[in-house]
Amino acid sequence: LELLKNYNVERLEDVKIEGDLEIEIEGGSGVDLSSLTALYTLLNEFRNFFYHTNMALGYLQRISTMLGVPAPFQVAPMAPAAVPAAPQPVPAVPELKLPEKLIGAKFEPPKVEYPGYIEEVVLGATRADGGTRDYVVKLGGEKSLAFYIFDKPQPNLPAIAIDVFDRPPSLAKAVKVHYEDVVGSPAEWAKKCVKKFGADMVTIHLVSTDPLLENTPASEAVKVVEDVLQAVKCPIIIGGSGNKDKDPEVLEKAAEVCEGERVMLASATLDMDWERICNAAKKYGHVVLSWTQMDINNQKTLNRYLLKRAQMPRNSIVMDPTTAALGYGLDYAFTNMERIRISGLKGDTDLNFPISSGTTNAWGAREAWMTESPLDVDTPWGPRELRGPIWEIITGLTLSLAGVDVFMMMHPLAVAVLKEIFNTLVGKTKGGIADAGKWITAEV
Amino acid sequence: MRMKVKSPLEVYNFLPRTNCKDCGYDTCMSFASRILDRSAKVYDCKPLVRDAEKDPKVKEKLEKLVELTSPEIAEVIVGVGDKAIKIGGEEVLHRHELTFFNPTAFFFDVWDTLDDKKIEERCKRVVDYKKFYVGKYLTLDGFAVRCTSNDPKRFREVAKKVASYGKPMVLISLNPECMKAALEEVANQRPLIYAATEGNWKEFMKLAFDYKVPVAIRAKDLNVLKSIAVTFKSAGIKDIVLDPVTEPLGEGLQKTFERVIQLRRKAILDGDKDVAYPILITPISAWLIEGDEVTKAYWEAVIAGLFIVKYGDAMIFHSIDQHVVMPTLTLRFNIYTDPRTPVQVAAGLREINSPSPEDPVFLTTNFALTYYTVENDLNSAKIKGWLLVVNTDGIGVEASVAGGKLTAAKVKEIIEQTKVAEKVNHRYLVIPGLAARLQGAIEDETGWKVLVGPIDSGRIKGWMEKNWPPKK
Repeated sequence: LELLKNYNVERLEDVKIEGDLEIEIEGGSGVDLSSLTALYTLLNEFRNFFYHTNMALGYLQRISTMLGVPAPFQVAPMAPAAVPAAPQPVPAVPELKLPEKLIGAKFEPPKVEYPGYIEEVVLGATRADGGTRDYVVKLGGEKSLAFYIFDKPQPNLPAIAIDVFDRPPSLAKAVKVHYEDVVGSPAEWAKKCVKKFGADMVTIHLVSTDPLLENTPASEAVKVVEDVLQAVKCPIIIGGSGNKDKDPEVLEKAAEVCEGERVMLASATLDMDWERICNAAKKYGHVVLSWTQMDINNQKTLNRYLLKRAQMPRNSIVMDPTTAALGYGLDYAFTNMERIRISGLKGDTDLNFPISSGTTNAWGAREAWMTESPLDVDTPWGPRELRGPIWEIITGLTLSLAGVDVFMMMHPLAVAVLKEIFNTLVGKTKGGIADAGKWITAEV
Repeated sequence: MRMKVKSPLEVYNFLPRTNCKDCGYDTCMSFASRILDRSAKVYDCKPLVRDAEKDPKVKEKLEKLVELTSPEIAEVIVGVGDKAIKIGGEEVLHRHELTFFNPTAFFFDVWDTLDDKKIEERCKRVVDYKKFYVGKYLTLDGFAVRCTSNDPKRFREVAKKVASYGKPMVLISLNPECMKAALEEVANQRPLIYAATEGNWKEFMKLAFDYKVPVAIRAKDLNVLKSIAVTFKSAGIKDIVLDPVTEPLGEGLQKTFERVIQLRRKAILDGDKDVAYPILITPISAWLIEGDEVTKAYWEAVIAGLFIVKYGDAMIFHSIDQHVVMPTLTLRFNIYTDPRTPVQVAAGLREINSPSPEDPVFLTTNFALTYYTVENDLNSAKIKGWLLVVNTDGIGVEASVAGGKLTAAKVKEIIEQTKVAEKVNHRYLVIPGLAARLQGAIEDETGWKVLVGPIDSGRIKGWMEKNWPPKK
């Protein structure tokens, strides 16, 4: 851990995260403040880095201008005059004929155009549109692959929604530690996501409605939604418990209390009464999330049902083709989404909708949350405080390249890093490193 | 996919058409289709190779076929012997169009101003690295030896030392003298030399030619990059790797993304052979940004992740820390998994650690990842038991329960098929924690008593201490 010396490692080491995944819910146990401090430090340090880099960059640029550091491709220094090889009587091996200068070649960058486009879906409604949100979030609208701004400009950045639960969920400790102070109050939780962690939106999951858990009646559960709408002014997403029988009722009720707010109802699936959810969405002006299990054909089928049978407007459907964690089926999730996106761009109007990803699933990977490898033969896994967030980051980053438009996430550091990546890839982060070749000779 | 031949019939016409089976396939036609999907090589056709030795006309035919079926992106070999690594050799822009073939090679930084002891430590960490995953160990590929001393003698010495670890190497110095010194020592290890630039290309051309080693070309301007590549190729240098310069941050990183994608699209969509070479990415560039070690390491992983998904064929890393290595290595495995072959194992009953009739019966799915994880966890915790593997079409536990691929009926079926009831003297079945909701249904369907095990099989040991043998 020598590497981490500059990094408050002593404090990091104090973060004794025991018990890994918490399946049982602890009742009001004291919050370990020292651990919180260390992890916030981690987060803040990381956020500061963007500030620092910009500072450093400005500095480097000034220096290089002052010193007149030449452009990266100056005229080649004269190479030592090539000694012409003495002609050999029998050239057994081909000789190198050292050319005097480069054979000039031009690189013509290819341009790819697709006939189709991805629908643009607006979440949230401001007062002007009959809602009470401070701003709206636009998803989709692409005419090229994600971040291929050299083909077509990317109209909207992928958005990030942080998950909020109406009952204490099972979370990896590294995640839970950030929400411990708000876990009893979804409204406070939502506030923290937006104000402290920079979420564009929040997803309120009404998990307690599950008949196998508290079985909270729909009418009571949606009071939490009203609280959240009061507490934050960003667009919101409402999730059910995943119970196929109860969710339509719960989401219908939620649609009613959110009338005019243009929320996203998550989710409609093939094996439930999707029509009921769609009808509620249409009646109260909301968006429906069409969720299938990693199968492009099922996604197509469900979307067709929503479009043709339930008559959902095209600007009110988002798809969740299912997210699997890095190392646990990410290849399927990636390729499924990439195929869906390419089909949409090629003109398949059953599949040209924005894509949503439940990136929080990354925390299901044991590499993200276990203290150490259960196998002795593995090289030690290192501090999991560092492994966990990067697991969520790489899962999200990979799927962003497949075309995901909205990420449902949890770790604040992962949220911050993904935002930085998205801003960079659409060209919104100015500057860079002046001499990108310095690593060749630098002692790191 | 722009292979020059597209149908097995076109390949078939080059073959002897005798169905001699020497290649291991029943017919020349099936061999032809194997060549097309790259699971067989032209050189596996023994009669063709044999005749080519005698008859120049057949030789010409063989060479033509090799050319027609060669990959869109040149394949370059770094290193020698069984540890040599292939980079490039790709055919498509998206893995679902066929597959990606040669996983991004990971080379790890060693620099010559480190003291010998530190060099040995770093080398050992790379060589010893192991991560169990889907039935095998993920390991690291090789070293990137940087000349930070600018001293030919020291660089040569360190190159020699690093070479003794037997892994493929990238030698890094823009100074031809330093490079020459190292090559004198280790050229026979076939290192990749890095890098020819607009400033030193003549000297590097000569080095690549004289020592017959693959060479990386570094230029941010793609016209320059292509010009150097064309010049090298026309001089007979074939083993070329392109470095379009990894800028780690901001607009620079966005432009890097654009350059990499345009290079690969140019090669595959437009069939431009002058840029159809493997692409080298340097996540190590992240260490130029300001910030603490964790920030740099995280950003290094981010850059690597970006280009593992998008066309990086080889990479140079600085960090050997797990928060960089583990996620990127796993991502590489995922992206380069052949989507044509389902990642499954056979369903059935496995005996773990020679179990006896009183040992527990566990249940899992035939998704390779799940299966190997459970099997390994049981083995490494030295647990004796019977492991029932249900055919869920290669879907993991959680998704197969949700998607109806793991059901009580299927459990009943596998219990009957494997006759596990005859092998144990109890009727207790331990199911995965993620399948807990099937507990009642399985009990009803099979008459066995169902115990819900932990969510992660790494916890079976602790679970056993509390729950096995079951309390009556």
